[in-house]
Amino acid sequence: MASILRFRKLCYVEPVKCSSLGFESFETPKIEKKDDEGAVKAVESTVGEKQKKKSSKRQPREWRCMDYCCLTVGYMCTAWWLLLFLYHCLPAALPGFQVPEAPGARLRREGLTALHPVVLVPGIVTGGLELWEGRPCSEGLFRKRLWGGSFTEIFKRPLCWLEHLTLHNKTGLDPPGIRVRAVPGLVAADYFAPGYFVWAVLIENLARIGYEGKNLYMAAYDWRLSFQNTEIRDQALSRLKSKIELMFVTNGNKKVVVVPHSMGVIYFFHFLKWVESPPPMGGGGGQGWCAKHIKVIMNIGPAFLGVPKAVSNIFSAEGKDVAFVRSMAPGVLDSEILGLQTLEHVMRVCRTWDSIISLIPKGGETIWGNLDWSPEEGYNCDLAKKRYAQPSLLDSNDTNSDGKMEFQIKESVRYGRIISFGKATSQLPSSQLPNLGSKDFLRTSNPTKFNSLCSEVWTEYDEMSRDGIRKIAENKAYTARTFLDLLRFVAPKMMQRAEAQFSHGIADNLDDPKYAHYKYWSNPLEAKLPDAPDMEIYCLYGVGLPTERSYVYKLSPTDRCKSIPFRIDSSAEGSDGGCLKGGVYFVDGDESVPVLSAGFMCAKGWKGRTRFNPSGIATYIREYRHKPPASLFEGRGLESGAHVDIMGNVALIEDVLRVAAGATGAEMGGDRIYSDIMRMSDRINLRL
Amino acid sequence: MALLRRRKASEAEKAQHSGSKSDKEIERTDEENDKNISNRKKAKKAKFEGKKKWSCVDSCCWFIGCICTVWWILLFLYNTMPASIPQYVTEAITGPLPDPPGVKLRKEGLTAKHPVVFVPGIVTGGLELWEGHQCAEGLFRKRLWGGSFGEVYKRPLCWVEHMSLNNETGLDPSGIRVRPVSGLVAADYFAPGYFVWAVLIANLARIGYEEKTMYMAAYDWRLAFQNTEVRDQTLSRIKSNIELMVATNGGKKAVIIPHSMGVLYFLHFMKWVEAPAPMGGGGGSDWCAKHIKAVMNIGGPLLGAPKAVPGLLSAEAKDIAAARAMAPGFLDNDLFRVQTLQHVMRMTRTWDSTMSMIPKGGDTIWGDLDWSPEESYVPRKRKQRDNDSQTAEQNDTDTLDSQKKGINYGRIISFGKDVAEAPSSEIERIDFKGAVKGNNVANITSCDVWTEYHDMGIEGIKAVAEYKVYTAGSLLDLLHFVAPKMMARGDAHFSYGIADNLDDPKYEHYKYWSNPLETKLPNAPDMEIYSMYGVGIPTERAYVYALSPYAECYIPFQIDTSADGGKEDSCLKDGVYSIDGDETVPVLSAGFMCAKGWRGKTRFNPSGIQTYIREYDHAPPATFLEGRGTQSGAHVDIMGNFALIEDIIRVAAGATGEDLGGDRVYSDIFKWSDKINLPL
Repeated sequence: MASILRFRKLCYVEPVKCSSLGFESFETPKIEKKDDEGAVKAVESTVGEKQKKKSSKRQPREWRCMDYCCLTVGYMCTAWWLLLFLYHCLPAALPGFQVPEAPGARLRREGLTALHPVVLVPGIVTGGLELWEGRPCSEGLFRKRLWGGSFTEIFKRPLCWLEHLTLHNKTGLDPPGIRVRAVPGLVAADYFAPGYFVWAVLIENLARIGYEGKNLYMAAYDWRLSFQNTEIRDQALSRLKSKIELMFVTNGNKKVVVVPHSMGVIYFFHFLKWVESPPPMGGGGGQGWCAKHIKVIMNIGPAFLGVPKAVSNIFSAEGKDVAFVRSMAPGVLDSEILGLQTLEHVMRVCRTWDSIISLIPKGGETIWGNLDWSPEEGYNCDLAKKRYAQPSLLDSNDTNSDGKMEFQIKESVRYGRIISFGKATSQLPSSQLPNLGSKDFLRTSNPTKFNSLCSEVWTEYDEMSRDGIRKIAENKAYTARTFLDLLRFVAPKMMQRAEAQFSHGIADNLDDPKYAHYKYWSNPLEAKLPDAPDMEIYCLYGVGLPTERSYVYKLSPTDRCKSIPFRIDSSAEGSDGGCLKGGVYFVDGDESVPVLSAGFMCAKGWKGRTRFNPSGIATYIREYRHKPPASLFEGRGLESGAHVDIMGNVALIEDVLRVAAGATGAEMGGDRIYSDIMRMSDRINLRL
Repeated sequence: MALLRRRKASEAEKAQHSGSKSDKEIERTDEENDKNISNRKKAKKAKFEGKKKWSCVDSCCWFIGCICTVWWILLFLYNTMPASIPQYVTEAITGPLPDPPGVKLRKEGLTAKHPVVFVPGIVTGGLELWEGHQCAEGLFRKRLWGGSFGEVYKRPLCWVEHMSLNNETGLDPSGIRVRPVSGLVAADYFAPGYFVWAVLIANLARIGYEEKTMYMAAYDWRLAFQNTEVRDQTLSRIKSNIELMVATNGGKKAVIIPHSMGVLYFLHFMKWVEAPAPMGGGGGSDWCAKHIKAVMNIGGPLLGAPKAVPGLLSAEAKDIAAARAMAPGFLDNDLFRVQTLQHVMRMTRTWDSTMSMIPKGGDTIWGDLDWSPEESYVPRKRKQRDNDSQTAEQNDTDTLDSQKKGINYGRIISFGKDVAEAPSSEIERIDFKGAVKGNNVANITSCDVWTEYHDMGIEGIKAVAEYKVYTAGSLLDLLHFVAPKMMARGDAHFSYGIADNLDDPKYEHYKYWSNPLETKLPNAPDMEIYSMYGVGIPTERAYVYALSPYAECYIPFQIDTSADGGKEDSCLKDGVYSIDGDETVPVLSAGFMCAKGWRGKTRFNPSGIQTYIREYDHAPPATFLEGRGTQSGAHVDIMGNFALIEDIIRVAAGATGEDLGGDRVYSDIFKWSDKINLPL
């Protein structure tokens, strides 16, 4: 204490001393100057305190600078503290600023209470990952989050961080000596980063009607792994099964409401098949497990049939966002100044994550369209926006969708061409395409080691010949089916690993015994729903946001080592209000998942009693029209329809709460549709 | 700022240039300038004086700025510093550190085998808010207990309100839901930097443990054990999790590691899980045999802890008593109307779990007025750090002659030091049980704090003090008299006696399940039970009480801090008689069951489960760089004791008690146990 006091005294004395010192020292040169010739001196002396100061400050100058610095820092700090203090003293609710009531509080007043236990299944990327064992470079990070949270380690030790998040590129499991595991519990995905909620708002509202740790469970899993591998490595599926059984028993035999989000939807779909399959491969719950334990599955932003975004991600580690950045500031991402090669690194890491493969569009050309045709072809981006701006036409979606059919056919976009090289190609009629036959290039080119100069191989592109790359570009356009061939050619090892885990086709005969293999379990087009006639399935998703659907690519100019040979052609722009922007064709959706993928299964594939839904489980579609936040105070919006922000959508939360408190789909009002999903689904010619 | 000045200067320069065209003007300006200069000087001085007025605020800000910048720079340096530097520094000072046990044992080839379950003790588990009153706005899912305890300072009354339970049911008050934090985070650190389980977890992780093979059985430690099942289904969750872990780890049985009160909690669990369904878990009579390999009790107060008594009686313990002796008046004044102790007492008295730690077994175990098992105890000379503590060192207890008369440890509470030391024949005791509780209840309205003492009145309090001496047996009567409501609640959940006939059907009730003297161990002959605890630290055992100077809102009793043994190494200090133990739990309570009660095939242990005692002699950290020490024996710090961690890891990796070397005893536990006359 005494030493602190003394130090303080010292500090108090010093500034005074130093200022007097400064004063004296600029006194002396002035006197000298006076002896000099008058006029100039006069000029000078009047001119400049400045110069005087400059000359005088020669010795104590740094001192002064420090002083000012400290002074300003001090002012800033005190001001900051004062503001902070005021902010904390502020009553939570200012008179002028009204916080809208949380849906949970409102529903509680209506008398809703916790009834069914709730299981939350997070999607890709949103779940936290923490380190359990690592290389020496990760010293001190034991049980700290590598993914989620503040991400500080990316800046501190980027390469170390990447190394630890990478999986083994043969097995798709842990590399030797590294164990990165999913964070368990509600904290796993309540906030992705500080202040950026994912599940937190929903959890808080559930808590208002009486939910707590014993009837609310976050099924966190390592989202990098393929679904079956989460069971092999972490027994994640077994844990989920045990937790659901436990909650079912301890809550008075009330069935569980499952709320998966994004990729969690197909993860849970995988679980449904796994849990009823016999033990070595499955969970051995027996027929009827789902019927006994599950009341509802409320899929939020479901990626049932995959997302086109995954295509560009795997193909060139790009998405809309990256492409935009590139068009805005060319050179930033391409620069090699710091030897960063960000994209290449990202690609190397992402390609070891099997789970991304699960998001590749499923169902091939039947669902996603071929070179000439696509289910969304009548869609007009501009019109769509206008239509959504009028909330009055809310329910009568049949009439207004009919009304605008006529005048867009002319320049309809060929969404079926998921990847096309060059803008022109994406618009040509298929007859003019130099169609080599998609499989041709697979046979002709025998990849010779081209980049032998590059010391280490990062991506499989490095093992490809220039010839092969050019051939790919010459084939011009790829549909959802031929894209898989393309990937097999471009990244044979990755696809070999991944295709042991996932399948992307459509089953002809679902009773074929081969469909008992787990690789088909996450594809709704190759697996039957469980025999649970009382269960309900909801598809809840946002609409009204432009969502990536297909891409215009080009060959990337550079030839250097480790570069990615393809990139999105961000110069490709459509006419005003067109669907093409920055090399990406857009369609209706929630910014990540197009309506087609999210809604088709509920709208058609499972509707009624189909071969995919033999027991006739009821399905409901609940769409939420996107409305950007009205004011700054709303944060990410109370009526957002965006893929993650929808978790804060008041209407969606209310729906989830009502179902959790016991409501059925019919009581909620059945379907609520704003988009063209019904018409699109009708156009898809899938045998049911 | 500087920029501004420069601009001004250049403007002035221009003006001067235009002005200096004619010579006359020059001269004139010259004079003017001279004037100017002098003026300016004056102005300068004035300015400077003006500045001086400012200088206080200025220098304040300057000072804050300095500190902030220095702080940031240090912080920056600290963050950029390679992580290994502190270790180098430590090694430079203390010599090379031993490998942490996890690393050492990994080199020996040990790997994760049996799943591990942690059962945290009282107080160490975190609690978070799920629903609260208006005042707790914004604390949803924030920790009320554990973590930084920031809310205690910000809104103390609100905090106390939310931490209290309903004083009739012992469950949630209406409108408040405070729930245990789940997962390993529940009790890895109690407060930032204050580890509880973290060191053990980190070392287990080194040999391959991770979330799927480790489970923290967090429960709400405020509730009575059975109530955790009633309210949260905690026992069911633990059962289900153990079953899951055993199933997913290829049928390998679990190793359970309870700490402190967790030991009693798990004892309760073992009875619960095999009991039939409505009251129990319905696991069947061989559940423990099938699922549990070993129970490794750390610092378990199996027979209760005397510390719980002053906690219940006067919300005091050694720490507070010491504080009171140092700064009398500080804790007693109600200058700020704070009345800390009363608030604490009101809150803790709603926590049923504290009653599970009242000494059990009565006079048979804890001694009566004249006799106690530890009577010949002499505090050992503090040993120097001995790193090879494997060799059980001989206790030179033949210095018995130094202690002429033994201390009457059996008198857990005595009013006055003289009473504590007098032979029993000289004590006059007036039975208090019939005493009328006074009707002259001092105006309660002025006290905003509720404790049951207000119902007692002065006569009641006097009667209590006149009974003079309380042993473990009569202590219960005292508590019943002093706090009838609390004890009524507690009696429904806990029992403190010794069973005559364990087959009596009444012992199927859950209130007996956490008392090792009233239950049988499960039928699991392959199971092992360890008692691991620290020794070598003076531990509270008996108290000298005094009536507090009476004022209506005070707690009427307090520890008589003036009572001191006189000699330097006396057992009586500040009104507390202490004995060997781990600072919280005396050796007798932690070790007796494993040393005698359960050893071999006894009526408490019909299937002959193997028991082992592993004592860890306390050695304080050599330098402050060691933190809380790697050889500590203190109640919580022992969780960082390398020897203990090594034992646990070996057992988790498959070793048996024999492989560890059987018992390891430093204290007199076997001698004391022999003196206890308990039919087995």
